[in-house]
Amino acid sequence: MRILMFGWEFPPRISGGLGTACLGLTRAMSELGQTITYVIPCARTGEEPGHVRLVSAAEVPASDRPGWDAEGAAPPAGMPGRPLDVLLRIIDSPLHPYLREDRYPGISGGAAGMLAPSGNYGSDLMAEVLRYGKAAGRIAAEASFDVIHAHDWMTVPAALEARRVSGRPFVYHVHATEIDRSGNNVHPAIFAVERLGMSLADRVIAVSHYTRGLIVRHYGIPAGRVSVVHNAVSRREAAPAYRAFKPPGKKWVLFMGRITFQKGPDHFVAAAAKVLSVLPDVRFVMVGAGDLLPQTIERVAELGLGRQIHFTGFLDGEEVERMFALSDLYIMPSVSEPFGITPLEAMLHDVPVIISKQSGVGEVLRHVPKVDFWDVDALAWTIVAILTQPELAEAIVARSRGELEALRWETAALRVLDVYRGLLGP
Amino acid sequence: MPSVCLYFQIHQPRRLKRFSVFDIDAAGAPAFARYEAEEENRRILTRVVEKCYRPATRLLGNLVATHAGRFRCAFSITGVTLDRLAIDHPDVLDAFRALAASGCVEFLNETYEHTLAFPRDPEEFRTQVRRHRERIRDAFGREAVTFRGTELIFSNALVERVAELGYRVMLAEGTEPLLRGRSPNRVYGTAVDPRVRVLLRNYRLSDDIAFRFSDRGWTGFPLTAAKFAHWIHALADDARVVNLFMDYETFGEHQWAETGIFHFLEALPGEILKHPAFRFQTPAEAAEAHPIEGILDCPGIVTWADRERDLTAWQGNAMQQDALRALYRLSVQVQRRKDPDLLNTWRLLQTSDHFYYMCTKWSADGDVHRYFNPYASPYDAYVNFMNVLDDFTERVTAARPELEEPRC
Repeated sequence: MRILMFGWEFPPRISGGLGTACLGLTRAMSELGQTITYVIPCARTGEEPGHVRLVSAAEVPASDRPGWDAEGAAPPAGMPGRPLDVLLRIIDSPLHPYLREDRYPGISGGAAGMLAPSGNYGSDLMAEVLRYGKAAGRIAAEASFDVIHAHDWMTVPAALEARRVSGRPFVYHVHATEIDRSGNNVHPAIFAVERLGMSLADRVIAVSHYTRGLIVRHYGIPAGRVSVVHNAVSRREAAPAYRAFKPPGKKWVLFMGRITFQKGPDHFVAAAAKVLSVLPDVRFVMVGAGDLLPQTIERVAELGLGRQIHFTGFLDGEEVERMFALSDLYIMPSVSEPFGITPLEAMLHDVPVIISKQSGVGEVLRHVPKVDFWDVDALAWTIVAILTQPELAEAIVARSRGELEALRWETAALRVLDVYRGLLGP
Repeated sequence: MPSVCLYFQIHQPRRLKRFSVFDIDAAGAPAFARYEAEEENRRILTRVVEKCYRPATRLLGNLVATHAGRFRCAFSITGVTLDRLAIDHPDVLDAFRALAASGCVEFLNETYEHTLAFPRDPEEFRTQVRRHRERIRDAFGREAVTFRGTELIFSNALVERVAELGYRVMLAEGTEPLLRGRSPNRVYGTAVDPRVRVLLRNYRLSDDIAFRFSDRGWTGFPLTAAKFAHWIHALADDARVVNLFMDYETFGEHQWAETGIFHFLEALPGEILKHPAFRFQTPAEAAEAHPIEGILDCPGIVTWADRERDLTAWQGNAMQQDALRALYRLSVQVQRRKDPDLLNTWRLLQTSDHFYYMCTKWSADGDVHRYFNPYASPYDAYVNFMNVLDDFTERVTAARPELEEPRC
């Protein structure tokens, strides 16, 4: 089958779960013999927005691609060196998947600091999304494909334009909704684009039953039009190499994700404060950036815990691997998490995890402890239990190994192909 | 006979390098080198030396010689800065020594590391002042009699401490909470110790030079030495002493050479001395030369900083409070170890600049706060400092753990 896919990010530059999921799925589909034209936005200075570049995916992991950051150009640790067999199309556009939430995407360490603004974006977002859609239409007019597959709301206008031009069916793959991101502060225009996409799509794919429920309840989409395809996780061979460097001593408890409402950073801090009152030698680390970073840091200061709760800003590639390797426990206290790949990555590093009950990944990790995101006492109590009972931590990791093994992108890709077949007929 | 009293502050901090969570507990250099942005500090100090310290000090040397004892001024050079100058720019230190030898220049005392040990840690404060006294005595051969606190901090409690240490003259900001309608141009006594005399900064005239000199939107622009001297002379009937206190970096760094600031400084003594009633005096001389004409009662803290004239730029927000609390909480543990490296590191971490970088007051003073600030945001400053402090605390505890109190 030939697929026109509107995706996000490409190695070596992957900044979040959406890019990771798009890549994992695309790679698996390509390995199953599908032909994919993969369209992504990428800001390139000096180019008119909307300019389309054709890039051979075979040359993508090379270090000297014009217009791309050369830094970190080596394939991420553990990524197979074999180039991905997709046709990559890059539309010059400042869109990136977390634009609305990351008013401060941040760059760790560098001169820009953790709060460097991502550029002046805001009211123009919708205009840019539509402009991106027009450019997508031009690609659709010249490419040949059987099905259109779009990931999350910013690509909805692009997918609709592609369908208008080609008449091919459109699958809307929902990795997150405005309900997850913003709770009671929903952005009406974004919500409207999402509902439009869900209503007009020929089929909706949700990354969990949890998300499917939201789509049915909040967007009024009939349950029968929504398929569930769980995400998976890519094996990274480099992980064990880092494990050896973990020095003895303090226990590290990790939060890794955007510091935004959705991810529940305040619940992590509140639980950390409770844990530190009984286990003062634990080191908490918050990896990530986002619009709540300043107030989260201030909250930690107010609690007088700046020496125990550390911040790194955004990390990527090797530093993420290192951080997992140093951690003794990973917490994902999300208020609403459609799926959540990072707990799986933590488990691949033999790091036990605690996730919120409001997380889709809980559907595939039955043996990990789960707490309600708002139940700080339960979270703190569970952290203490795992840190003080190594056998408990080992049991969580050991019992989840089988589940992790079963979580393959190939499985997800086969399910997606089933969805296509349902649309195209046998 | 009114006095004009010029005093210049010299301080450059030992800034911290980016110290990430991965660096905590990692192997590496011992002592302060582990945390210091050495190259950056050397580069900035060299720049300030070239743009300000070297040319300005040469100019002052000429003025002292030209006016044959009639031009006088004072410096306070922090211990941290003096130590770095001695290593990297000994010629500048020699130039200051020559000024000291002229007998026309007074060197003041303060905390060695330019800290807020007062009011946080009174015993440590005493130690830092004593160490600075010895350092200044060694460098310039004179015992200082005048004290100035970090950021010109002043309060009744500080007067007591400073008097105990033997100082008889203090400098403070000529601001309303202290003056209550009185003139800054007099010598004042204190409410707590009759032996101590206080000189108050005339902030309007001082800031005309330090902040407004090159401000084209200011009605006084362009400021010439003749014009400024005219303003001073207009105070002849009322003023006993006009105190012009400012950062030395005003000359060539805050106000670039291109603004004409050096020409201004060169011409200023001659212009002021054109009026026969006026003379230059150092703080100690000026405080002695005039009678006490009022008492300053200052239960709270007054500084020369920002519009608030307080310490909010250093300890006004939760991040600063947390950092200071965590740092000074280590006092007993560090002192007990009697390890010179640990003690020195702890003191260099107290340098007030580290906390100033965490300031979140973005007011009209924001520009001043950005100056020399190595961090992109106050949050970066706090996060970095706390990474360092976590590592340092581990090192203190690890050194002779038998000295730790058993934890209950």
